Amino acid sequence: MAWEIVIGLEIHVQLATKSKLFSGAKVAFGAAPNTQTTLVDLGMPGALPVFNEEALRMAVTFGTAIDAEIGKHSVFARKNYFYPDSPKGYQTSQMDHPIVGIGHLDIQLEDGSTKRIGVTRAHLEEDAGKSLHDDFDGMTGIDLNRSSTPLLEIVSEPDMRSAKEAVAYMRKMHAIVTTIGISDGNMAEGSMRCDANVSIRPKGQEKLGTRAELKNINSFRFIERAINVEVERQIDILEDGGKIAQETRLYDADKNETRPMRSKEEANDYRYFPCPDLLPINIDDAYIDAIRKALPELPDQRSARFVSQLSLSEYDAGVLSASRALADYFEAVVAVCNDPKLSANWVTGELAKFLNQNNMEINAAPVSAEQLGQLISRIKDDTINTKGAKTVFEELWDQTGTVDGIIADKGLKQVSDMGAIEAMVDDVIAASPKQVQQYRDAEVEKRGKMLGFFMGQVMKASKGSANPGQVNGLLKKKLDALC
Amino acid sequence: MTNKTLIQISNELSAGQYSSREITQDIIAGIKTHDHQFNSFITVSEELALEQADAADARRAAGHADLLTGVPFAHKDLFCTQGLRTTCASKMLEDFIPPYESTVGQRLLATGAVCVGKTNMDEFAMGSSNENSYFGAVKNPWDLNAVPGGSSGGSAAAVAAGLVPAATGTDTGGSIRQPASFCNLTGIKPTYGRVSRFGIVAYASSLDQAGPMCTTAEDAAVMLNAMAGFDPQDSTSVQQDAPDFTADLNQPLAGLKVGLPKEFFGSGLDPQVADCIMAAVKQIEALGAQIVDISLPNLELSIPAYYVIAPSEASSNLSRFDGVRYGYRCDQPEDLMDLYCRTRAEGFGKEVKRRIMVGTYALSEGYYDAYYVKAQRIRRLIKDDFARALAQVDVIMGPVAPTPAFDLGSNTKDPVAMYLEDIYTLSANMAGIPAMSTPAGFVNGRPVGLHIMGNYFAEAKLLNIAHQYQQVTDWHLQTPTSNTEKGA
Repeated sequence: MAWEIVIGLEIHVQLATKSKLFSGAKVAFGAAPNTQTTLVDLGMPGALPVFNEEALRMAVTFGTAIDAEIGKHSVFARKNYFYPDSPKGYQTSQMDHPIVGIGHLDIQLEDGSTKRIGVTRAHLEEDAGKSLHDDFDGMTGIDLNRSSTPLLEIVSEPDMRSAKEAVAYMRKMHAIVTTIGISDGNMAEGSMRCDANVSIRPKGQEKLGTRAELKNINSFRFIERAINVEVERQIDILEDGGKIAQETRLYDADKNETRPMRSKEEANDYRYFPCPDLLPINIDDAYIDAIRKALPELPDQRSARFVSQLSLSEYDAGVLSASRALADYFEAVVAVCNDPKLSANWVTGELAKFLNQNNMEINAAPVSAEQLGQLISRIKDDTINTKGAKTVFEELWDQTGTVDGIIADKGLKQVSDMGAIEAMVDDVIAASPKQVQQYRDAEVEKRGKMLGFFMGQVMKASKGSANPGQVNGLLKKKLDALC
Repeated sequence: MTNKTLIQISNELSAGQYSSREITQDIIAGIKTHDHQFNSFITVSEELALEQADAADARRAAGHADLLTGVPFAHKDLFCTQGLRTTCASKMLEDFIPPYESTVGQRLLATGAVCVGKTNMDEFAMGSSNENSYFGAVKNPWDLNAVPGGSSGGSAAAVAAGLVPAATGTDTGGSIRQPASFCNLTGIKPTYGRVSRFGIVAYASSLDQAGPMCTTAEDAAVMLNAMAGFDPQDSTSVQQDAPDFTADLNQPLAGLKVGLPKEFFGSGLDPQVADCIMAAVKQIEALGAQIVDISLPNLELSIPAYYVIAPSEASSNLSRFDGVRYGYRCDQPEDLMDLYCRTRAEGFGKEVKRRIMVGTYALSEGYYDAYYVKAQRIRRLIKDDFARALAQVDVIMGPVAPTPAFDLGSNTKDPVAMYLEDIYTLSANMAGIPAMSTPAGFVNGRPVGLHIMGNYFAEAKLLNIAHQYQQVTDWHLQTPTSNTEKGA
């Protein structure tokens, strides 16, 4: 039977506020346990929450970025459940009146077409603390540093039909939240993570199948793998005549499987009600308009500009606009070297490769945009060739010097002196009578291939510094003259 | 026992008749000698109090004394006091020592007032008789067989017995006014948001409000001056400067319009209490007020609505007492669920568990609309009733409770009968308006309080009326001993 996959995502974005959603405690990753807490985060008796208005501004910024309805009257509600890392016994969230209502997001599919994914809502809520099960023998440690950290939970419609679409949606969300600056988007540190609601139904059937909720997926790669392995599981069950249980499951990346969460980790009735310690948030059109006006260029707009102004391919433009930091970096490179195409190649090529290998974000790149721009300028003015440029890039990455300094130190300056090149070409031809003979004997159309040998010899003789274009032209002229 | 008013002590301190250390020592000695009869204190903080008294004396010597500098008072035991245990009269917090001071506590300490200890109460402020305390019931100094009222029963008994001149209380559904009425005190529940709730262990957040319990309206005004005002740490705190509540005390009452809601004088009201109240109203009329009959048609609904909203909020507010971070933890929990269940089953008393159950039920899926949402609608109706009435009159008067203090043990079997005790007080909390009780006579030797309710932020008006009434009556000056001597 042909199955259709139906996916909806709930994305949790940690907002980049300086302090927590309801207390003045700092929000920073990696501090010693329970050092970033106040009476409020610890759930002390009598402690009361105070709303951080920066989180409101960020949530409204997000709403305007996805063209959503903004809740002018939004209300915090308590979601009641017992868990040791939930110090108050409830999580302060939003239920009936979220800050962001219906909106949408366009994603690009692999065939180049665009698909619109509905966003149901986005609401503000506080994060829980962390239970540390492994650090204490027979006991559980509680770290409340993360308690009351601000989150924006973005809920999509069940509009995605493949794991790839889900990844594209998540990537697009990532691009938007980083572009508008409401989150650092660092998935490894949990700044962005998602729950995926996955179900399948026979192709053509209207009614949705029973869904499983995959909890807490924290990388693009895992989203795809978790959904695919869950879909396989569901297909196996249904094709064996079984039934899907509506349940919460965890993706185990090591085993590449999903498994049900223990029932104790699930609460069935959260008894939501408006939080009496917090006033409803009322905002007006002027507030929303001011935020809308201050929106930076969004990823789609930037991508379109890269195509129209900089003549990049749709693909390169899409990749480069996927995060604000990357796009900013790219534009800074172009500003120095004034060559968008070459800049795009280097940023998506060599730079991306090094970042990947070192598991690094663009912000942490040891090669600055200015340096990369200078390097590309040196390629353009024929000071160095591409091979030499890669050597320079490696040196820049290791921070051993400046672009021009490295070129000088390593003797990478391209030899463009016609006389010097001609001497080397003559030497190589004189030293390779056998190959010259083969060249002369070969059919005309096969000679081009044979030129490679002579190219290699000349480049070797020049220690890679000869201008390959000049070498090529001269070799061809001289060898053909011998024929 | 001192039996002095707060103003009296303040004056005598500034006259140099004694030091704060001396009066504090006297008061602590009085508590130690006499409180075994009343059980009004859970904790006496002699060491801390004497430190504060010495600091107050030094401050006075340096010439920076305020009205309250050096004056001893007591805190209801749900105000968090830094370094001093705060139990909420519960086994759950029997050994809990807060790392911080409530905003109200900070303000009182900032004036130089001296906290001598923490008073008994109904556990987590849930009750109308102060019989729901892990530390035992409190007895009414006017009649040791009677309850002092609740939930601020310890504060009421301590002031009534003359052990301290003033105490803090909280009022979620009458918990300042009803014990003030039962113990012949002046107690005021301010407008919701007037006094910061920060550092007060929450019972029902949308209804809780702290206020003073004193002998006289003037004392209450002085205490409220210290307690009230905007607090950025409480989001429901009103962003408005509190006025000087003593400023209007001496205003004449001529032209005052007083509304008497017919629903406050129905069949449930003890006729002798009604007589006291009507006599008081007559006297206020004689002071120049005009008496108008009014109606609060939805008053009756305040009981069912309150007993949905308050337990709902409580069920959530009390979730933090889970044995994980502080407070009571059961022995040898087998697993997490066992830790939660036994900690809470063993740590909370019966009435607290009853209200947590009621609230949990009311908020449950499928019941929420029928209970919580409906109760909120009723709350809106009650607010509207008061808005209509207070457009017609300046203040509303009536009884605080249907009866004088009842006998210990007489209502404990039937929680609903106990809840009916709150019929006249709940509505002010539901609407968020200020309301107070001032002594207005006795029935069979047990005090009766006059209930005065006003519009939002009209505390000064209420205190003015009570003060004027106290200028022409002496109910508030009677003490349990003087009363007994008179053979009342």
